[in-house]
Amino acid sequence: MDKILRINMGASGGPSQSIEKAGEFTALGGRATTSMIVAKEVPPDCHPLGAENKLVIAPGMLSGTTGAMSGRISVGCKSPLTGGIKESNAGGQPAQVMARLGYAAIIIEGKPATDDLYKIHIDKDKVTISVDNSLKLMDNYPLIEKLRKEHGDNAAYMSIGSAGERKMAAASIACTDPELRPSRHCGRGGVGAVMGAKQVKAIIFDDKGCQQRPPKDPDGFKAANRAYVEGIRKHAVSGEGLPAYGTNILTNVLNEAGGYPTRNFKTGFFEGGTNISGETQAELEVKRGGLATHGCHRGCVIQCSGVYNDKDGKFLTKQPEYETVWSHGGHCGIDDLDTIAMLDYLDDNIGVDTIEMGVAIGVAMDGGVIEFGDGEGAIRLVRDEVGKGTPLGRILGNGAAMTGKAFAVERVPVVKGQAIPAYDPRTVQGIGVTYATSTMGADHTAGYAVATNILKVGGDVDPLKPEGQVELSRNLQIATTAIDSTGMCLFIAFPILDQPETFDALLGMLGAFYGTKMTGDDVIALGKKVLNMEREFNKKAGFGAEDDRLPRFFKTEPLPPHNITFAVKDEELDELYNWG
Amino acid sequence: MIQVTVKLFASFRIGRFDREIREYPQATTVGDVVRDLQIPEAEVGILLLNFVHVDLQRQLADGDALSIFPLVGGG
Repeated sequence: MDKILRINMGASGGPSQSIEKAGEFTALGGRATTSMIVAKEVPPDCHPLGAENKLVIAPGMLSGTTGAMSGRISVGCKSPLTGGIKESNAGGQPAQVMARLGYAAIIIEGKPATDDLYKIHIDKDKVTISVDNSLKLMDNYPLIEKLRKEHGDNAAYMSIGSAGERKMAAASIACTDPELRPSRHCGRGGVGAVMGAKQVKAIIFDDKGCQQRPPKDPDGFKAANRAYVEGIRKHAVSGEGLPAYGTNILTNVLNEAGGYPTRNFKTGFFEGGTNISGETQAELEVKRGGLATHGCHRGCVIQCSGVYNDKDGKFLTKQPEYETVWSHGGHCGIDDLDTIAMLDYLDDNIGVDTIEMGVAIGVAMDGGVIEFGDGEGAIRLVRDEVGKGTPLGRILGNGAAMTGKAFAVERVPVVKGQAIPAYDPRTVQGIGVTYATSTMGADHTAGYAVATNILKVGGDVDPLKPEGQVELSRNLQIATTAIDSTGMCLFIAFPILDQPETFDALLGMLGAFYGTKMTGDDVIALGKKVLNMEREFNKKAGFGAEDDRLPRFFKTEPLPPHNITFAVKDEELDELYNWG
Repeated sequence: MIQVTVKLFASFRIGRFDREIREYPQATTVGDVVRDLQIPEAEVGILLLNFVHVDLQRQLADGDALSIFPLVGGG
């Protein structure tokens, strides 16, 4: 990965391209690369949909190698949803293929002067940027079907659906999985709207004729990778629970802990939870001839995904994730898996973040647009309103904050404009700290304190009390920023938090690949450096301490069944970034 | 005797049950229930009693609801 591709969509006479040396980014990846480039090149006060914003795409440090779990791709920009810096990552095939093509990053900047829609094709010999207005307003599944006929099945695709073209703030960028389904999404923060603003419909990566990236020390890399895979396979979470039941195993856990936000954060227990749990979902998938175990990219050894077939045994969608099952399920009072799976498919097809979309619908239900529990109504809102770009659809498609304002809802679960995911911060106080303080807006993955609070992986901090939560969230946010930069799937955190030898194996892989010695301290330093840059960007974009807060109702409305409020003090939240 | 609602999850359901109301003598602990169900202690990940995390030593009372999970994760 020694080069960076820069595409100026606004060049006079049509889009231009240039290749630069990767320089300092040669041995970096993922979030480190996207955030550093955005921090350096994007004016923090620019309009997110304007020509000055840039869409930066980066594979991980070990993407395109034989290293396991290395297939996350990061997309960075100024977020149209939060107004701050954004890194959103996804699985699927593009990271591996882009890395083998040798690109440390692709920077898409400027804005076309015409209303033409473009696609970008990248193979080992050249980059072709061409107008294809026949793709206008196509959604992801038919779009990829059409593009495959032209560009084949060896390629990996990144694309936007109609929501991205309409520049909705919940719009995602789809990445194709090994079966070329556009089912893995850079979901959060409206990155799809920025791609839409650049008028880029799809990026097609074809690595025909390219090799796996060679490590500096092949034997050392092989041995470290073997130990790493062994560590992942022997840990109960990554080796058993996730493959068998997927991420939705958490529905019952959070429900039984009283931390499952139900009907727009009114209670912490959903009476219909069992019907939509991971256990029920896995059984149904197998019964209908789908799969309860499936990898989102080649080289995945956890295989937390699956294939969800409809009642007739036909493919409907990939296995909906826990957060999706929650946002479209319990959050909306819906306890029917087929309804949730249909919503997951519609979100992927239209190209919107399943968390933002589901939370927006629950907020709309609270505002009286439809009733809680109305599954048909929820499908109609996504398919016929968001999917068709009606005025109501544009309100919903711009996320939970916009929806709350439009329908005068007082209880709007967002931080920095981004919807709060599937863990109530009153019952899981550590994740509340992460929601409040993350540079990304409310984001559970930014510092997954749920592991320590609820799952008892990587330590044990009481979820119901404020003590220790800031320190926990700080350490996790630093570590996560580093993992997001390696391009590793975040679920490696479960084994590496519990098994020091598996963390050492990961360091060994990085060291053997780049011919350097990497220590735990280096990882922490990288995490801090990236977080500092992101925070500085946000400050310049207008964010202050008052934005590192949860909505006030979490401090004033006790949540049943525990009947407690979020008790971490504002002054304590302000200490999160004081790491000296 | 006391009545306790015992809920099992994920792989612990295999060959056992999802949910049962079971009778135990007074002073039964969470650990006693786990052993009674022949769940290896090392495999126990999360124990929730009436929505609150507990350990194996916790004594049960009549009407309690106990949820037993293996070590699981997601997100």
